[in-house]
Amino acid sequence: MPRHPSAMDEPRVSVTLFVNGRRRDVDVPACATLLDVLRDTLGLTGAKRGCDLGACGACTVLSDGRRVNACLALAASQEGRDIVTIEGLARDGALHPLQATFVAHDALQCGFCTPGQIMSAVGLLAESPSPEAGELPARMSGNLCRCGSYDAIIAAIAETAGLRT
Amino acid sequence: MIPFDYLRPTDAGEALSALGEPGSMALAGGTDLLPLWKRGVLRPARLVDISRLPWQAVEGAPDGVRIGALARLSDAAAHPEVRRRVPLVATALEASASPQVRNMATVGGALLQRVRCPYFRSQDLPCHLRTPGSGCAARDGLHRRHAIFQTEGPCIAAHPSDLAVALTALDATVRLRSPRGVRTRPVAALWRASVEAALKPDELVESIFISEAVARSTYLKVRDRAAFDFAVVSVAAVASLEGGVVRSVRLAAGGVAGWPWRLRASEAALVGRSLPAARAEAAALAAEGASPGAQNRFKAPLLVRVVARALEQLEAAP
Repeated sequence: MPRHPSAMDEPRVSVTLFVNGRRRDVDVPACATLLDVLRDTLGLTGAKRGCDLGACGACTVLSDGRRVNACLALAASQEGRDIVTIEGLARDGALHPLQATFVAHDALQCGFCTPGQIMSAVGLLAESPSPEAGELPARMSGNLCRCGSYDAIIAAIAETAGLRT
Repeated sequence: MIPFDYLRPTDAGEALSALGEPGSMALAGGTDLLPLWKRGVLRPARLVDISRLPWQAVEGAPDGVRIGALARLSDAAAHPEVRRRVPLVATALEASASPQVRNMATVGGALLQRVRCPYFRSQDLPCHLRTPGSGCAARDGLHRRHAIFQTEGPCIAAHPSDLAVALTALDATVRLRSPRGVRTRPVAALWRASVEAALKPDELVESIFISEAVARSTYLKVRDRAAFDFAVVSVAAVASLEGGVVRSVRLAAGGVAGWPWRLRASEAALVGRSLPAARAEAAALAAEGASPGAQNRFKAPLLVRVVARALEQLEAAP
């Protein structure tokens, strides 16, 4: 059965990822980003496609424990990595502490940037478990919120980090 | 978006020969390459993923610090040898990009990143860099963020790399590897008065070496917003002082020319004099020879003030 020429020409790669603790073997276009695979192949739509250029942070996930922009990572280059998305954060029905403080501080309006904000904050606290309150905005500078919920977002992270604000 | 093929060679030899094939481009962190591909500016037939080659280590040597070209910006900035012996490098890296990008981008990529000119980064607008001979749309268009020195050439984009400016002030060297062997060049020689680095298609940056000297250093970066932005103007300053007198000094500026811009007239005005006494005169000389456009005239006086402030910081630096 002949296939569409462009589909035939498009080089593909086999990639193994460990997403939210589960092994996923996927066969995807060589030019697919990690974000493409998470959203379109695996159906994990928590990571959002905002700018798709690494400027907004809405696609932030953890790769081997470190926060990255999934839109800037080629899926093939992530071979063998542990990926954590917002869907993998809660444990046994209990919210991750950052999810709980985001709720408590009402740290969102439209919510589009929230999965990226929370994953970025998880990465921040892994990099720096006891940050100074004053350095939180710069350490969250990779995430934009066009509703302007920055104060509440920073307050939620500060509370999770045990800082008084 | 035009599809490409993907290859992950297991050693440098295999990677270099794959890069010799027409249409190949090296992929390291991908933070600059992928946006350029998505916008149709770069059209690789094949990406050669070099990110797992063993060039990620940061090592202290008796005479300096060597940073593998594939070290992530966040790893290089956090490394104790870098922080203790060449803190200017850590400061410049921490002033770069966002936390997410610093976890992905490599130091080699930070050096070789392409200019931020919006005309270069759109496939639809005239740009000499993208299509030689098509002219420069920035010259009569938006050029507030562009160069103010050496603007008579075909491209007026400003150099974007914080790291390259710091390494120029530190007189660091790069080790380049190609199928023909290894060569070592000063970082500053990568650009040879061009906005594009003078690397062969099958040549890779393998590592960066910064020789340690007893010196004070500082990096001052002025941006439109306080984080996650490229420099409007930045200055890296490295100096040795003896009894308050400047023995040697190197000053490099970013955002003002197509490559890291040495401020040689300012340096000459400082050597052999006390820093506070020579500061204002040295700073004023920084803008000599500037030829800005209508929208970026402000950069000349801004550069003078950033140099003055950087020299003040240098005086106070340990």
